[in-house]
Amino acid sequence: MGLDITWAVDWVRRSADVIAEHRLELIKLDREIGDGDHGENMDRGFQAVLPKLDDLPAGSTPGDVLKLVATTLISTVGGAAGPLYGTAYLKGAGVAGSATSLDGRAIAAVLTAARDGIVLRGKAESGDKTMVDAWTPAVEAAEAAASNGSDVASVLDAAADAAAAGSDATIPLVARKGRASYLGERSAGHRDPGAQSSALLLRAAADAASAAAGA
Amino acid sequence: MKKIINDPKRVVDESVAGFGLAHADIVRVEVDPIHVVRADAPVSGKVGIVSGGGSGHEPLHAGYVGFGMLDAAVPGAVFTSPTPDPILAATKAVDGGAGVLHIVKNYTGDVLNFETAADLAAADGITVRAVVTDDDVAVKDSLYTAGRRGVGGTVLVEKIAGAAAQRGDSLDQVAEIAERVNANVRSMGLALTPCIVPHAGEPSFTLAEDEIEIGIGIHGEPGRDRVELEPADRLVDRLIEPVLEDLPFADGDRVLLFVNGMGGTPLIELYLAYRRAAEVLQQRDITISRSLVGNYITSLEMQGMSITVLRLDDEMIELWDAPVQTAALRWGR
Repeated sequence: MGLDITWAVDWVRRSADVIAEHRLELIKLDREIGDGDHGENMDRGFQAVLPKLDDLPAGSTPGDVLKLVATTLISTVGGAAGPLYGTAYLKGAGVAGSATSLDGRAIAAVLTAARDGIVLRGKAESGDKTMVDAWTPAVEAAEAAASNGSDVASVLDAAADAAAAGSDATIPLVARKGRASYLGERSAGHRDPGAQSSALLLRAAADAASAAAGA
Repeated sequence: MKKIINDPKRVVDESVAGFGLAHADIVRVEVDPIHVVRADAPVSGKVGIVSGGGSGHEPLHAGYVGFGMLDAAVPGAVFTSPTPDPILAATKAVDGGAGVLHIVKNYTGDVLNFETAADLAAADGITVRAVVTDDDVAVKDSLYTAGRRGVGGTVLVEKIAGAAAQRGDSLDQVAEIAERVNANVRSMGLALTPCIVPHAGEPSFTLAEDEIEIGIGIHGEPGRDRVELEPADRLVDRLIEPVLEDLPFADGDRVLLFVNGMGGTPLIELYLAYRRAAEVLQQRDITISRSLVGNYITSLEMQGMSITVLRLDDEMIELWDAPVQTAALRWGR
């Protein structure tokens, strides 16, 4: 079974919920090694997407939802997270295209395109203590699961688990990109807030897929 | 947290509204998307200059909008870069047909959002050039950081580039002088206390009563070193020595010495610090040709200061002295 528009809309709603729920945690993480605005900015962005979901025309596809998220985040989030997440969703939307349903391989391709967009825009590499450290393991896990023929919910579940582990793995790293890099060695010992928000969003995608599979 | 605010989410909107009312002779405030433009914008045939960034650094940037300086300022949320939409709107509002210069402080978010806005403006047929300021010597400029931050030197870039645009220079000429100022300016700051972002409600870092942070930026981010509080002269030395060694400044140089408060430090202390900074420059046979002392690029209510030194040439001095009429800098007119 593939994931359709219902899943995509559910993912966005779950994303808004989980970001709102973790707003203070993300602010606290960002205050430790950044400037303390990540939770606030992400919450503002996803809350702005919610009312627009109701205006999606009939026949909209998952790709249309991703594009709506992209343009809304770019115009409401600000900071580095706005352009970076906006680019991720935009590139993902491009790969999703006009398909009405996405299978495991298609979802893995969407995640890969999203990660590549973040790398292109932010010029960060694995190990720089950024969002990329959640996204790259997630993409690798998703591609592995998809090529094993796993169903789409399992592909997203593998991606979400890998992103969470990737977020955990940022804790000992010394930041080399973004505002945390100004701290040098003092950035070690703190979780990267962008990696954590990425892990939360991918978990929301997986939970929405599980719910769709159970429905 | 004690602050003179209503709803933390409305701090920027309400403050910018007040700014517009207070300085209606100089600026016009546009809402949705929010940006502040010169009252007479666009000035036909003149290069437009747009700057912007997170709020919380007042008077930067809206305080520098007006004759002889910026044509528009784009305030983001507190310590958060504005999004491309208001930057694009400001760029369009000040385009007088001679192109627009974006002055961007080197932070990942500011650079990404200004780049996106410049792409969109180009698609609308507006020629945009960007100058990224990165004068903070506290950050190692290497592959291993996001590069140096734009701090105090930004104010000087905005004044001098603004004067060049006002006298009728072309976009390339204005960009060239802005680059030249940035290449010749160095800064470093320290904090005695952290600051509290309104929507966060808690300090961005904590310091013991006798501790200070050396090498802070302007967003409440911690610095590179934490040391014990020392007498003012020693603190000034800790800032000015890395600044002078970095360019490096040499004997015989003429400079502008800028002692800036971070928002919560009174002028009595800034002038006391200026006294020592001037002494150090004199010992090195560096001539102070121009000075600026006050709270010009701040970090909310943070106590602390930054020291900026700019190596001047004749053209920079002429442009620094040129008339300016903004809310925060005003002379000669």
